[in-house]
Amino acid sequence: MPTHDLNLEGAAFLKDLNAGLYEPAATRSLGESAERSSKHTRSITDAIPYWQQWREAANGIKSYAIAHLDKLLTQFESGITARGAEVLYAENAAEANQLVLDIARKHQVKTVVKSKSMVSEEMELNHKLAAIGVRPVETDLGEYIVQLAEQRPVHIVTPAMHMSAADVGHLFQQKLGEPFSAEHQNLTRIARKHLREDFVRAEMGISGVNFGIADTGSLVIVENEGNAGLSTSAPEVHVALMGIEKVIPRIADLPLFLNLLARSGTGQKLTTYTHLIHGATPGRKLYVIILDNGRSNVLKDPAARMALFCIRCGACLNACPVYRRTGGWAYGWVYPGPIGSILTPHLIGLEQAAALPFASSLCGACGEVCPVKIDIPHQLVHLRSRAVSEPSPMNKPLERLTWRLWAFAMGGPWRYRLTMWGVRLGVRLVPWIAWHPGKLGAWTRGRELPEVPRTSFRRWWRNHRDHLQPKLPAPEQPAERASP
Amino acid sequence: MIKLKQHSPPQWEYPTYKPGETVALFIPCYIDQFYPQIAEATARILTEQGVPVVFPEQQTCCGQPAFNSGYWDEARKVVRHFCEVFRDYRWIVSPSGSCTAMCRVFFEHVDADPGVVAVGRRVIELSEFLVEVLGVTDLGAYFPYKVALHNGCHTRRELGVVEPPLKLLEKIRGMTFCELPNAEECCGFGGTFSVKMPGTSLAMGRTKVENIVSSGAEVVASLDISCLMHIGGILRRNPATRHIRTLHLAELLVAREETAGTTAARTGQEPGQRPPQTP
Repeated sequence: MPTHDLNLEGAAFLKDLNAGLYEPAATRSLGESAERSSKHTRSITDAIPYWQQWREAANGIKSYAIAHLDKLLTQFESGITARGAEVLYAENAAEANQLVLDIARKHQVKTVVKSKSMVSEEMELNHKLAAIGVRPVETDLGEYIVQLAEQRPVHIVTPAMHMSAADVGHLFQQKLGEPFSAEHQNLTRIARKHLREDFVRAEMGISGVNFGIADTGSLVIVENEGNAGLSTSAPEVHVALMGIEKVIPRIADLPLFLNLLARSGTGQKLTTYTHLIHGATPGRKLYVIILDNGRSNVLKDPAARMALFCIRCGACLNACPVYRRTGGWAYGWVYPGPIGSILTPHLIGLEQAAALPFASSLCGACGEVCPVKIDIPHQLVHLRSRAVSEPSPMNKPLERLTWRLWAFAMGGPWRYRLTMWGVRLGVRLVPWIAWHPGKLGAWTRGRELPEVPRTSFRRWWRNHRDHLQPKLPAPEQPAERASP
Repeated sequence: MIKLKQHSPPQWEYPTYKPGETVALFIPCYIDQFYPQIAEATARILTEQGVPVVFPEQQTCCGQPAFNSGYWDEARKVVRHFCEVFRDYRWIVSPSGSCTAMCRVFFEHVDADPGVVAVGRRVIELSEFLVEVLGVTDLGAYFPYKVALHNGCHTRRELGVVEPPLKLLEKIRGMTFCELPNAEECCGFGGTFSVKMPGTSLAMGRTKVENIVSSGAEVVASLDISCLMHIGGILRRNPATRHIRTLHLAELLVAREETAGTTAARTGQEPGQRPPQTP
């Protein structure tokens, strides 16, 4: 199994466009799990008569929140600060890491228990902590497995989706010295046994944040395993990592988002635990680090704003036929799947992730399931248009020339006919050529080409139009003239 | 002009067709050149319904390939040509779901000119026109085969056209409808995606083919021959699946008892590959 490529000279799709299938050994089970998940959550959401209205409402609230980020973040900060928390801002991953490391040093931390946080993946925080001698322990079961395997998550909700129970059994045997088992219950018991010791030992807990509520100044963390509850309450120090886009205006909006997130993420009505943290427990420390890390780039592109609406449910990953076949690592960075394709180019720059928007058949399954109604397929096309016109590896002069010629050829009937004559001839000749170059080869490697008919429709039309309809209005009479 | 009532799932409000109004055919370039029988069937179907049709011969393409590839300036040139050609027609009917979606949904992304958007909004997919505008479902077709329906993604999700083809299929005599497992999943064509990421595209196509085989269908019908070009290409590559034919819904709708076994036989296959008649 290939480990994740940590150097970001572009997504894996860019390096190996033609191969497409990036982690063949693990893809089949990942694809099946994703499909199962998708069908399950779909059956749950389809059963709700107001689902579409909920999505609509959530989209509206997010739209307001993203347009008023400055106001809402200030409100959030003053609320939670009044109750003893310390709020820190970081412009990028390096700054955020520095803040976490300073806090760890200040409190003489040796072990950190972490509950799930995609922001910490963006920061590659575990490596940074390890570098100063702090042992980070992932406590979400999936994250724990992935950390033991020294891999990166393949999915934002179910990080070890590519592994079977037997794979995990072997991993535990090898890394923890436990007897092999492929029973889910046994595996959970093993993980719990090892993690309990770390919860007791850890001086600091790090968590992500699902929602920051502006009007009450509260953090919301949802989970199913109880590990986030322990990570945020067992150690003396709690550091919460939050992207700037996580803030929602009112606590009254929360029920809607909890409903949407649990149902779209895992098909539950509500997650097992929902933690609301309003401030620091007396005598203990709570730090909230609010991270930008490229998010404000999205604000610069008004057409792309919806990318910040994402609540990280993972529904678009499960629904995506491309993700199901390539897995998460192919996307090259923290966020895989359709949401990764529209988010990563903003966060790490189009130059590094220009290929991602092209890793889609534009089937629209992602947009259909998105609980906050992000128009993902339209965002993909928008980013494609930016990728081919701004400095990026997808901006290829030869390809632009080809499309210019194409646009010229399609600009009039005679040019069109001449071009099509060439195309028809080309397709006729294909079976006689042994070697098919480039795009043609990409087609014929696994597919036959269509057979070329004797005539085109336009020729047929010339011969048949009079027989087809004797009462054809003599000069083409428009029924109504549209205003240009 | 067709108005969008609600965006998800999309629902449209169609204008009323007055008898005798001329309908302009928009025949996408690949149908014109590689599948003329589909355009022919479309013209015949509409004529039979008493709808006068014209084919504006200046037409070329809707600009979708360039648009989907990100080349919007190039797409815009073609879109403007399209609008020039079709500006004067109140009704524009096309036998392709994805090209219709390009016109109706995506023109406004490429060109904000209200004239362009208005022309795009008048384009209607054939089955949509028949069922939603004309209100006909029984076209007197006879097609004695087992048929599965592949609903293209743009047709399903951008246009929200799901019911019309089913209603039309229901009325075809002699036909057995085969439910396709995972019918909603993309076949992997995706225009330039099929050659930009052939590995993934083929993997998706092969899953679709497996589902078609397991459905027991002898014929796969669709409103999008572009998907079928990809699916059919995979089907014909393998001798075990070569007998399964791919046909546009319009080809099924013009099949008649008198011409059974001939009308829909032209599918770009070797002679002798016609499926057996059901007894």
